Amino acid sequence: MTIIRIDKKDWAPGLEKLNSSYRLFGPVKEQDFHNFKELAKGEQPDFNCLNTRLSPKSIVQPQSEIMLEFTLDESQADHHIMKEPAVNDKPRAVLGIRPCDAKAFQLVKLNFDTLEHKDVYWLRNYEASTFVGLACDNPCSACFCSTAGSGPYNEEGLDVLLVNAEDHYLAKTLTPKGEALLKSAGWQATIEPGAAEAQIAAQQKSAEERIQSRVYTDNLRGQVTNELYEAPFWEEVAFACINCGTCTYLCPTCWCFDIQDEVHGCAGVRMRNWDSCMYPLFTLHGAGHNPRGTKTHRVRQRFMHKLKYYVDKYDNGIQCVGCGRCIRFCPVNIDIRDVIDKMNTYGTCQVDQS
Amino acid sequence: MLEYNDKIREISKKILKECKVDLVIGFRKGSVPMMNEPHVVKNPDDVDKLIWDSHCGINLANYLTERKEKVGIIAKGCDSRNIAVHIIENKIDRDQLYIIGVPCQGMVDKRQITAKFSGEIQSIIEKGDTITVSGNGFEEKLSKTDVLQKNCAVCTHRNPVVYDELAGDLVEEQRGVDRYEDVRAVEAMDSEAKWQYFDEILAPCIRCYACRNACPLCYCPTCFVDESRPQWVGKSIDPTDTRTFHFLRAYHCAGRCTDCGACERACPVGINMRVFTKKLEKDCKDLFDWEAGLTIDVRPPLDIYRPEDPDEFIK
Repeated sequence: MTIIRIDKKDWAPGLEKLNSSYRLFGPVKEQDFHNFKELAKGEQPDFNCLNTRLSPKSIVQPQSEIMLEFTLDESQADHHIMKEPAVNDKPRAVLGIRPCDAKAFQLVKLNFDTLEHKDVYWLRNYEASTFVGLACDNPCSACFCSTAGSGPYNEEGLDVLLVNAEDHYLAKTLTPKGEALLKSAGWQATIEPGAAEAQIAAQQKSAEERIQSRVYTDNLRGQVTNELYEAPFWEEVAFACINCGTCTYLCPTCWCFDIQDEVHGCAGVRMRNWDSCMYPLFTLHGAGHNPRGTKTHRVRQRFMHKLKYYVDKYDNGIQCVGCGRCIRFCPVNIDIRDVIDKMNTYGTCQVDQS
Repeated sequence: MLEYNDKIREISKKILKECKVDLVIGFRKGSVPMMNEPHVVKNPDDVDKLIWDSHCGINLANYLTERKEKVGIIAKGCDSRNIAVHIIENKIDRDQLYIIGVPCQGMVDKRQITAKFSGEIQSIIEKGDTITVSGNGFEEKLSKTDVLQKNCAVCTHRNPVVYDELAGDLVEEQRGVDRYEDVRAVEAMDSEAKWQYFDEILAPCIRCYACRNACPLCYCPTCFVDESRPQWVGKSIDPTDTRTFHFLRAYHCAGRCTDCGACERACPVGINMRVFTKKLEKDCKDLFDWEAGLTIDVRPPLDIYRPEDPDEFIK
């Protein structure tokens, strides 16, 4: 691991150099919030952003992604044959991704990259990406990353960690991919690691102290699944829910999708689109039965998946990185911190410490 | 509006104790600034959880759909109008309801207030017309009138139109409000400019359906966008499909929409889809002299045929 000093005056020229070998993605402010976008030539990522409204998951799992193409034109020899579309496999540099969102890709990868099944679409995009994280010095009040398996300076899933320091960035090289990117940008001013590490550690400590929210997840693994499933609090948790997909679409760790064929004229595509467990259609059977027929079923599914089924299946903590988006943007203020607390303490003896 | 709290709790406790209702639908204090959570109270001892302030913008009529119980519900002007729409559309019986009317002075616009500050807002304190906003390193006082939700700023029915009891004195309605300035601006555009404007408005849409699901009118058992045989609308974020969803939804709301603003408030990406529903609202006003939800005795214009209905637009 080396630490490189990037003077801010060298930032834009470095990106200019990167442009030839990478597609650059970064936070861009449109209207009144930021989202990750592919940067046009010369366009700068805007790091003056607490975090993006949508998570950067769309860089690896676009909301709509074409998997296969076909033609219905019977005069063509290959009509009705599904074919792979042209793929843009140019390496991508994801600039300024927050550590929570980078960690999220690690959690999601367990689903898309297993011994039995490899999701070629997800893996292709993931492997093409180099994640240049921006350490988070201003966590929001709804962020609880440090007790959700991540943290404002967490390095998991990152290739480079950038730490913002007045007139320069300290770039911590974490992987060979990250090293290659820094080299390609011409950022090579190695500095004496001792002082830089001390500076990073100090900033990290201050950022961690600013985290106002914490959750406790220690009992989730030990909870009996069926008892949690039948717990009486689900009705109350679900009451306000309107079953929109905001929480799932903004979430960096929600990965569900639906596959659709669409035809325009003779040209057809097989595509996959984000889907959401909040929608009745998500589980509607062809025969008409819906095993998750009420909103309480659906709300319970979302939280049970993230906080119990995932925990049990992978033994890798919760399927949540504490980014706080669902808390900030749920239109009816359903708060996952409250649900985590209800699930974690369910059936345990509460000691009054007041 | 904070003074309503005691009265809301008192009435709720009374109707629960007297078994006039099985439950009361209201709001409880939110966990983040400028948000409250719709909440149901069934036990008279729990009524203290109910609160009312300027962050109760979600339309509670949305929570009446398919209810079989006797329901107490807290209703500001627009909520009460949507309750009237529910009643006239036979979604719920008037006799099933005990409506606690809340004369409203507008809800504050979370988005507008957030946009005023570069740092994160950590607390909001409301006192009369003054809203004190504070966060890390800043504190500022705003006049509530200046930061109302856009629909509240042009609201002409702040008082509930149908209720059993009021939580406060009726307030003066806003007079001389120009409700349709924005709609006229769009009407004045040529066709190309309109399409461009619509595309710009809808560009950030992620098809999460928060607007539809926050809307008390959108109670269809299966929404047209969820139909699969036939499938009317594509599922991707193709602009044509996104437009189709928003336009058709607006048409489904014609003569029914009360401009409660729940759709725009719920949208996670700040789309002003009210510009579509308001155009239909204006047409209903111009053509049929109709405003939705003001009565439970007259059927809405798109439900009935009247010989005197205007027909100049049929060519």
